[in-house]
Amino acid sequence: MVNNQSNTNNPRLDYEYRRRKNAEGMRIQVATFTLMIFFTVISFAAVAAGFSKWFVIPVILLLAVIQVGFQLYYFMHMGEKGHEAPSMFMWSGIGVAFLTILAFVTIIWW
Amino acid sequence: MSTIAQKRGFASTIWDYLTTVDHKKIAILYLIAGGFFFLLGGIEAMLIRIQLAVPNNDFVSAGFYNELLTMHGTTMIFLAAMPLLLGFMNAIMPLQIGARDVAFPFINALGFWLFFFGGVFLNLSWFLGGAPDAGWTSYASLSLASEGHGIDFYALGLQISGFGTLMGGINFLVTIINMRAPGMTYMRMPLFTWTTFVASALILFAFPPLTASIFMLTFDRMFGANFFNVAAGGNTIIWEHFFWIFGHPEVYILILPAFGIFSEIFATFSRKRLFGYSSMVFATVLIGFLGFMVWAHHMFTVGLGPVANAIFAVATMAIAVPTGIKIFNWLLTIWGGSIKFTVPMIYAVAFIPSFVMGGVTGVMQAAAPADYQYHDSYFIVAHFHYVIVGGVVLALLAGTHFYWPKMFGTMLSEKIGKFTFFFFFVGFHLTFFVQHFLGLMGMPRRVWTFLPGQGLDTGNLVSSVGAAFMAIGVVSLLVNIVITTMKNERVGNDPWGDGRTLEWALPSPAPFYNFKQLPLVRGLDAYWLEKMEGKDTLTPAEPIGDIHMPNPSFVPVVISFGLFVAAFGAMYQVDDKPWAIPVLIIGLAITFGAMLYRSIKDDHGFHIHKEDLMEDDDDNKGVKA
Repeated sequence: MVNNQSNTNNPRLDYEYRRRKNAEGMRIQVATFTLMIFFTVISFAAVAAGFSKWFVIPVILLLAVIQVGFQLYYFMHMGEKGHEAPSMFMWSGIGVAFLTILAFVTIIWW
Repeated sequence: MSTIAQKRGFASTIWDYLTTVDHKKIAILYLIAGGFFFLLGGIEAMLIRIQLAVPNNDFVSAGFYNELLTMHGTTMIFLAAMPLLLGFMNAIMPLQIGARDVAFPFINALGFWLFFFGGVFLNLSWFLGGAPDAGWTSYASLSLASEGHGIDFYALGLQISGFGTLMGGINFLVTIINMRAPGMTYMRMPLFTWTTFVASALILFAFPPLTASIFMLTFDRMFGANFFNVAAGGNTIIWEHFFWIFGHPEVYILILPAFGIFSEIFATFSRKRLFGYSSMVFATVLIGFLGFMVWAHHMFTVGLGPVANAIFAVATMAIAVPTGIKIFNWLLTIWGGSIKFTVPMIYAVAFIPSFVMGGVTGVMQAAAPADYQYHDSYFIVAHFHYVIVGGVVLALLAGTHFYWPKMFGTMLSEKIGKFTFFFFFVGFHLTFFVQHFLGLMGMPRRVWTFLPGQGLDTGNLVSSVGAAFMAIGVVSLLVNIVITTMKNERVGNDPWGDGRTLEWALPSPAPFYNFKQLPLVRGLDAYWLEKMEGKDTLTPAEPIGDIHMPNPSFVPVVISFGLFVAAFGAMYQVDDKPWAIPVLIIGLAITFGAMLYRSIKDDHGFHIHKEDLMEDDDDNKGVKA
């Protein structure tokens, strides 16, 4: 329960603090959720509207990356205290995977 | 090695080691198995050097020579150097951070047994129709064309042992992140722990590409896939990239723990704090980071184009910077120290010039245009033996002498140790120094013979004589081990007298629960700090209480054995043997059955009770942490 530690001995203050923090967390959660649905709508709309695929594919990929970020940081709380090591290793793994893919699409001839 | 003195029969000792989940016993298993494979690889090396001692030699056939060189490389990297380092990590790292065991003792045992069965499987190829013969890199076009089952043994054996290594790496990461004693901050960790940490992270990221590429190779050879088959639309270069995306970090997986061992030795026997500790940590992490951006320097001649070659050349040269930081820090650690030339220290001092020579030729090869000249010549062979033998193997020998008392409770003879060092070190330079020039004169690597009168005769003979010297060195080390074990003169906590880190505060060997009370770490070199304040014990961080321990388990052996059996099935179904598919299924059933058993059965471990710990104290066996 790293995230629910209290710094004071005053249970009343502690309760107030946690209430406010949870309320804020909930607000962000809902906002992110709305945004994610909105992004999904945009993606579908972009395809349905029949734009050029050179426009649609990058946009969808960009939105997908943002959604993964939302997922990791707001739904899975990766940015909070006590998540430094997993977050570092995830980013390193993403870095290595990205480098591999980059190499395979650039310097391998087919 | 249990501290509870009791007479044990031979069979019960064997059973104890088969079922152990204790990191110190697993370390001994790694040391024995890795040492065995080291001797095998050494014998293969001797046969190679006998064949190349004189021109036009016919001591071995060309085909057998290919098998020898392939198995020498594969065995030395995957089955000797890495397991031996994992052995030292297992033995020392938990003690250094003040932990009672690794985070997942069961997985630790599983990792060892997977490595062991994978290694045995690979070496059974000698008796079952021929060993792999496409070089340790096993480039796909060549390995797909290889006849017989050699490459199948390579693919399946390395796959199994690779699972084990990956598990070991993850285990060490979790252990170091979560199980450090109170006060042991990241920047107070001994350098061997730091290098273990970074090497484990490299294992975590480097082994998946290897696993993926070996799976593709396995399916290409055994199940009719065409990943690398150009004729069927595959691409053979994919293997090379995958292999080196793994292969380059792999050499840092080997050298970083070696750096760690030497850092401990330099500080201990110079009786000084390691110079520039924080820059050492920084350099270690930077080497690990850069290690993933340089793999294509093994492929300069493939034809990646000038831009890619230039990028990878510059990135490769950049690695010389953190490595240089380390070299200077070691020199400055010795500088002004009160130096004791024990055997480990002699190895450490000899390591610096040897490794620097390997590093300098490395920077030479990093220049892509020049590399076209060096590529696939003996210059390359000289270079990587200078870094691997001059770095990793010297560290393994030094570490064997340095940590032997902590692992076995006896001191290896210093006199024989110096003899070993002399022969090994002189032999090493004799063997490999001349190979630089053989390469520059045009001798290609991986050839089974050469013609007389081309200026290669003397150099090759010198090289072979050097190899004999190295063999004498290794044999004298074995003699040393046997004599020391027979004499069995027990030593105390800190046999070198200058131990700085936590492990030297424990009895040699440490009791199976390591620390009776977890220690409070008050700075870098925690034990040294306590000694400077006139104490010979660590400050405890907790009262004596019950200690929770894991139960021994035979399941890791069964899981690994199942994969070993399955590998035979996978391999022989190529020949349409009727029993092959059933064997594959039975093997997998054993593995998954054992895993299921492990998941269903509750195993809560046991407690060592406070009273027993107190009693242990009276026998003067316990840790006074």
